[in-house]
Amino acid sequence: MPSSVRVKTLRIDDLDVAGDEQQTIFDVAVEHAIPIPTLCHLDGLGAVGACRMCLVEVTSANQTRLQPACATPIEEGMQIVTNSPRLQEYRRMILELLFAEGNHVCAVCVSNGHCELQGLAQSLGMTHVRFPYHYPQRSVDASHRRFVVDHNRCILCTRCVRVCAEIEGAHTWDVMGASSQTQVITDLNQPWAEAETCTGCGKCIHVCPTGALFEKGYSVAEMHKRRQFLPYLRAMREREP
Amino acid sequence: MTIAPMAQPTEPTSAPSPTPVSRKPRLATIWLDGCSGCHMSFLDQDELLITLAARADLVYSPIVDTKAFPENVDITLVEGAIGNAEDLAKILHIRRNTRLLVSLGDCAVTGNVSAMRNSFGVIPILERVYHEPALLHPATPQTDLPALRERVCPLHEVVHVDLFVPGCPPNAATIAYCLDALLEGRMPDLSQHTRFGK
Repeated sequence: MPSSVRVKTLRIDDLDVAGDEQQTIFDVAVEHAIPIPTLCHLDGLGAVGACRMCLVEVTSANQTRLQPACATPIEEGMQIVTNSPRLQEYRRMILELLFAEGNHVCAVCVSNGHCELQGLAQSLGMTHVRFPYHYPQRSVDASHRRFVVDHNRCILCTRCVRVCAEIEGAHTWDVMGASSQTQVITDLNQPWAEAETCTGCGKCIHVCPTGALFEKGYSVAEMHKRRQFLPYLRAMREREP
Repeated sequence: MTIAPMAQPTEPTSAPSPTPVSRKPRLATIWLDGCSGCHMSFLDQDELLITLAARADLVYSPIVDTKAFPENVDITLVEGAIGNAEDLAKILHIRRNTRLLVSLGDCAVTGNVSAMRNSFGVIPILERVYHEPALLHPATPQTDLPALRERVCPLHEVVHVDLFVPGCPPNAATIAYCLDALLEGRMPDLSQHTRFGK
């Protein structure tokens, strides 16, 4: 930590806390064991605030706003509420919209039982989806020798894009299109097997929160993601001179 | 554009209450667009079924002989989604004659596997099943089978649902826990017992 660290003090729920000005609301909450649900966030990857699951109520300068905890730096005097009825309702609604937008059929998914989307549905008390399901027609690319991308189960969290660019340095993954047509692509929207930049490292597989990215050879509920490598790689890289 | 949740259709005129009735409660189960797995799970309650029989009358079910869905049912467990015209007619009739309607299992709650055909449309699905395989007489059935709906949908898109029990299938203990609460006049909290895909 550099010597010129500036400390900011703030209040999260009923707790007075302090943090380094570079930290986000989420970082400080984690340090004080205050739970905030996340989906696109992953320790070791840059924050994008894509999923809005970590929205918190932030009061600063007499104004209350909803802000993503993972992508909002702390400020002096902030008052933060992490779990109001309004936030619970919004988080459930976001989850329901994610379920309605894709084709998330848990019963026949490789990640059944080990999926972050499914886990949040249970922990946040989502018993059913109040929005009409879209049932989009999406593709599966199984061209790669070892890996598969099933766009039906993709929630566009961009963890794969970030780990590939930030950690592996290959930037094979990116995002194409807009609105309901948005999807992750390999290289210039080529079949994965023809994506020359892919090193085959498999990092994207293991950071994916759902069954959208998986290794071949696994059946329903058999795919376990292993993420321990990520904070380690990040820490080692930051130590380099 | 505003995004508002769908209001559940056909709200009952009075709020449903799980309060037990003075007579022996009347229980029904039905199997719509599903695989019967939820009913297998219901049967997996094993010896608890004997206890259940003492606490409620099973007035309609694939496992009893009653042909027509009766009136004045207290609790109906519905397995399966709404996939064809017959499913829709049945669920509307059931809703009119049921005090507490329970969506049992992922097909009833989400559409699940039954709804996987929705991304393709009815005609391509019928072509794929009845014409593409090397059949002796390829033909789409025109009689005796109810017409497929364009989209398979969960129950709560067409009727008001009082309780959602996710799971594929919900296990026997979950069903027993759920029925125990309902028969005691409580709404069960199932968050620790089941989830989508379980």
